[in-house]
Amino acid sequence: MEHQIVQDASIAEVPVAGPTITARDVNVFYGEKQALFDVSVDINRNSVTSFIGPSGCGKSTFLRCINRMNDTIPICRVTGDIRLDGENIYDTDLDVVELRARVGMVFQKPNPFPKSIYENVAYGPRIHGLTRSKKELDELVESCLEKAGLLKEVHDRLDEPGTGLSGGQQQRLCIARAIATRPEVILMDEPCSALDPIATAKVEELMDELKANYTIIIVTHSMQQAARVSQRTAFFHLGKLVEVGDTRQIFTNPRNKRTQDYITGRFG
Amino acid sequence: MKYSAIVLAVLVVAAIAFVVAIARARAAQQGGSVKMHSRIGYYGWYAAIWTLLPALFLVFVWVVVEPIGLSRLIRAELPDNFHTLNAAQRSLIVGQIETISEGLSLLDPAGLDTLKKARLGFKPMSEAQQVLKDQGIVLGSAPEGYAVTAAVKLRDAREWSRMILAGLVGLVVLAGFAYSISSIRPRLRARNFVERVTLGGLIAASLVAILTTLGIVLSVLFETIHFFKLVSLSNFFLGTVWDPRFSAAGSGGAEGQFGLLPLLWGTLFISFVALAVAVPVGLFAAIYMSEYASQRVRNFAKPALEVLAGIPTIVYGFFALITFGPMLRDLGAMVGLNIAATSVLSAGIVMGVMIIPFVSSLSDDIISAVPQSLREGSYGLGATQSETIKRVIVPAALPGIVGAILLAASRAIGETMIVVLAAGIAANLTLNPFEPVTTITVKIVSQLTGDLEFDSPQTLVAFALGLTLFIITLALNVYALYIVRKYREQYE
Ligand SMILES: Nc1ncnc2c1ncn2[C@@H]1O[C@H](COP(=O)(O)OP(=O)(O)OP(=O)(O)O)[C@@H](O)[C@H]1O
Ligand SMILES: [Mg+2]
Repeated sequence: MEHQIVQDASIAEVPVAGPTITARDVNVFYGEKQALFDVSVDINRNSVTSFIGPSGCGKSTFLRCINRMNDTIPICRVTGDIRLDGENIYDTDLDVVELRARVGMVFQKPNPFPKSIYENVAYGPRIHGLTRSKKELDELVESCLEKAGLLKEVHDRLDEPGTGLSGGQQQRLCIARAIATRPEVILMDEPCSALDPIATAKVEELMDELKANYTIIIVTHSMQQAARVSQRTAFFHLGKLVEVGDTRQIFTNPRNKRTQDYITGRFG
Repeated sequence: MKYSAIVLAVLVVAAIAFVVAIARARAAQQGGSVKMHSRIGYYGWYAAIWTLLPALFLVFVWVVVEPIGLSRLIRAELPDNFHTLNAAQRSLIVGQIETISEGLSLLDPAGLDTLKKARLGFKPMSEAQQVLKDQGIVLGSAPEGYAVTAAVKLRDAREWSRMILAGLVGLVVLAGFAYSISSIRPRLRARNFVERVTLGGLIAASLVAILTTLGIVLSVLFETIHFFKLVSLSNFFLGTVWDPRFSAAGSGGAEGQFGLLPLLWGTLFISFVALAVAVPVGLFAAIYMSEYASQRVRNFAKPALEVLAGIPTIVYGFFALITFGPMLRDLGAMVGLNIAATSVLSAGIVMGVMIIPFVSSLSDDIISAVPQSLREGSYGLGATQSETIKRVIVPAALPGIVGAILLAASRAIGETMIVVLAAGIAANLTLNPFEPVTTITVKIVSQLTGDLEFDSPQTLVAFALGLTLFIITLALNVYALYIVRKYREQYE
């Protein structure tokens, strides 16, 4: 089994590029309760980074720090320093709206808007004025649905509500919606947890394709997936970043005992 | 014997049945070695219900049937010249008989003797009246001899009836008690029985509500039909003049004009102005409260807004009449507009203020119920807060908001007090918001107050108006519910 993983991981070539996101000493508190402790990590440009770790260890929390989605939770407080291309995203001067346009997100639970499938995907491009004509928008919507592997299933019912799709279809709709905004970074919180193996393979393919132009972070509970799609892997445990490194190294030669236990399935 | 004494006795026996049944069930359990079908308490309720319900039902039947029987009896007793009297006089005498028969139990032997002598003609009737008055029983005039006789009969009959009832109730209670206690054994499905009775009670409660509504609607409907026998449909629905004329009691049905249109127009016009005030203000307040306001502001502002809904409408009425109307008139005069002190505008605006909390409070709840994940989804795509509200939250909440607005509208349409005071009572078919108008509700009030004959069209028109109003608000509410239902599942 482990051997298999190593082979999969070796398929993905590791592109060498400078970090696009650098986090230093990030602490997150929900009220009195601390959820993250001194997390410091670099995320490479144009590559896929996966976050793994047992449930409740703070993966989503850290992901949500990167586009400041935690701002919407009144009791949540973030300290430390996170930079996107050298710019402190918690700077008071920074415009969060602009940040979130650059850092797109796919949520753990699918959350399509109660609008038509078309309108769901067209939402971002409309707000940001990305297209000049109706025709251009139509093309954009179609290509995003195609990339998310959903077009075939919905091409004849783009006017129907997105909430009427199945859970897995909804999740792919959310992926299409996120990439339609053309962000630089895409945060994906367990995007495949509701998908069947075929749809999962499509999404993984998509990530592979996207990483040429985008920086991708994916939270996953599947070791195989982390090994297949990511170049770097970060292991979280109990709110701390235990280990981060090349995916191949993490899965073949973890430095930390806890990482080893987790990836070999001894706890979690 | 009073009904209350009987019911009390039944309750006592039921309580005993409860206790006994529990003891029996405990015994049947044999210290836990036998598995009972239901928990012990259910056996208690089982016995209590069996003891209580049939007896109460019997008492209920008596309460309904006894007065009918007694009044038959009394009428048969009365001499022929009673039956030649007119309805009002007859009911007066029947009332007198009732009063005397209740007073009989208070009299001492001497008093009873006086009454007897007066009845037989040995003493004047006025003396009998005096004797009763000394016991606090006041009669309008000296009673006829036959009335006193009938009163005595009535009392006797009633006592008999109550004795019979007490006997029957006693039998039913004992039978229920014996049956339920003797049937207690481990396999008895006491829980299922109690559940069924509970369900029956709940159904009965709903039936009361539904039947009351039905009764009200039907009685209004019958009076309305009565009205339309006197006045043509076209006079009412198509008439543009409201001039019912006065008909003092007894003057006969002077033909008036009962045009609904000016009243309907006044109602809709004022409601429209009210909604024009309440919808934007209420909706924006709701958006601010649910999306922008901090918890501290919200905790203070929401109850403060809801206080508006607690102000009695009559208070809004004088505010409009004394302060706001004149102020509006003076303001109008300053810019050269001729605004009457009572006008559509002043009533509409004040009514709008009154219904702001209906719009804002309901919309606030509805907007807050939009899932947070939708907001995050929108923010995650780089939408601003106002874009998110405009494009995601309000559309998602729209059906509920429309429902809230329609409910507020039906509130406005049914409102009376503000209109009486602030818009006047002149039925006016006008497009000018600065002139006085009046509404359906106001005219209902004015047609039913004063000394009027009850079956003249002038009075009956109130029922036709009431039914019209009821149908309008019902249609609004049904439509509101339909919209809310249709879209409810959208984000589930
Ligand atoms: N909105 C919140 N309010 C309070 N505590 C929270 C909130 N969100 C998360 N937490 C807490 O923060 C900790 C980390 O949660 P987080 O959602 O980041 O876990 P996770 O690693 O994503 O888990 P999973 O794999 O189950 O999604 C948990 O202990 C959780 O209880
Ligand atoms: Mg999570």
